Amino acid sequence: MSPGPSSPDVVVLDYGSGNLRSAERAVARTGASVLLTDDAEAALEAPGLVVPGVGAYAACMAGLRAVGGPDVIAARVAAGRPTLAICVGHQILFGSGIEHGVEADGVGVWPGVVERLHAERLPHMGWNTVEAPSGTRLFDGVADERFYFVHSYGVRELDEPEGRLVTWAEHAGDRFVAGVEEGPLWSTQFHPEKSGDAGARLVANWVATI
Amino acid sequence: MPVAVRVIPCLDVHAGRVVKGVNFVDLRDAGDPVELGAVYDAEGADELTFLDISASSDGRETTLEVVRRTAETVFIPLTVGGGVGSVADVDVLLRAGADKVAINTGAIRRPEVIGEITRRFGNQVLVLSVDARRSPDQPSGFEVTTHGGRRAAGIDAVAWARRGVEEGVGEILLNSMDADGTTAGFDLEMIAAVRAAVDVPLIASGGAGRVEDFPPAVAAGADAVLAATVFHFGTLTVGQVKDAIADAGFPVRRA
Repeated sequence: MSPGPSSPDVVVLDYGSGNLRSAERAVARTGASVLLTDDAEAALEAPGLVVPGVGAYAACMAGLRAVGGPDVIAARVAAGRPTLAICVGHQILFGSGIEHGVEADGVGVWPGVVERLHAERLPHMGWNTVEAPSGTRLFDGVADERFYFVHSYGVRELDEPEGRLVTWAEHAGDRFVAGVEEGPLWSTQFHPEKSGDAGARLVANWVATI
Repeated sequence: MPVAVRVIPCLDVHAGRVVKGVNFVDLRDAGDPVELGAVYDAEGADELTFLDISASSDGRETTLEVVRRTAETVFIPLTVGGGVGSVADVDVLLRAGADKVAINTGAIRRPEVIGEITRRFGNQVLVLSVDARRSPDQPSGFEVTTHGGRRAAGIDAVAWARRGVEEGVGEILLNSMDADGTTAGFDLEMIAAVRAAVDVPLIASGGAGRVEDFPPAVAAGADAVLAATVFHFGTLTVGQVKDAIADAGFPVRRA
């Protein structure tokens, strides 16, 4: 891996969303060099890109558009460059999101609507288990671990065609997408950067694909 | 398996050191917050909570540095509270590495600040810290206090928790000021009363002394249990608390 922030292994995309430093540290912990930037060119060219995300869906999409994020993500998918999206970063990859009755367009890589979960107890906050599919590389070695979730919205339906591996989780009987692996684009609804050693292993699994 | 019951060590930080007293007085030194945080993480703590009880701006800056250093080494969620009263206060803490921020007196003073903060950073970022004690003067039998439990705020604690959720907080940290630091057990009636009033996650705090104290707090409706004294002075480990909660039939995370 190349040293130095001038040519980092991984770019963490800074588009005004919170939680950037912890994503940056989680990548650095794997030994990869990492740069936090809002520069679209750097995000496009980096061997690996992390798209974090905390807060409201529409606000995240507005922030992402302001730095050219949707085009960067689409171009990286087309070019086969590894990209890891986290929490709202995961949610904005779908068709749209509905929060407080307002529907906002997402990046639309995957079909589906991000909707409020049905559980009485929200946010879904804390460490939960996942159902990872066989053949998962993202959850290699940690499929039986718990991960830290904090969200009130999720995607309930996603087809699983050849080449798309979907990991599910459940909160109070509501089943939703906890992670997706499709080609170079991987995502998690939970926060691997806050999921202790299990999260570190998962991030390392992703860094190994770069 | 549903979401695990969280076990959260709380570090009261004063001038860069962890301190702990009984009912918020007679403070004893309990060690370096960054070192303690790392120890608790290794023991399997599900989150860490730092409460800055410094009175001075120097103390606050020292606490920010503690948050920065802890966030460099600990990869579990970090909640920081103490003196939070504005969007700018929250912004500073999040940039230092906090994942969640606890608000207490600042919200009592100006409840609208809850909405200002959560519209900017999301509901999940804000924890309403409620220091409550038993009082016949309020309808629920519990009243909100300020100044470390020394002063009555003249507000019903259960109604205040409900108001906080309506204003936008994503979680309630309920601290019994009668029980705080006494190690005589949680105030289970208070936990049940607040649980019945709100749907957001509820963290029970105040009074834990033995492993047997924890499962009843969960049974009363707590999604998470927070303690300071028993962990700082080596009475209990995070693992022992988790064993007790698991033995009572509740899910826990094994680190």
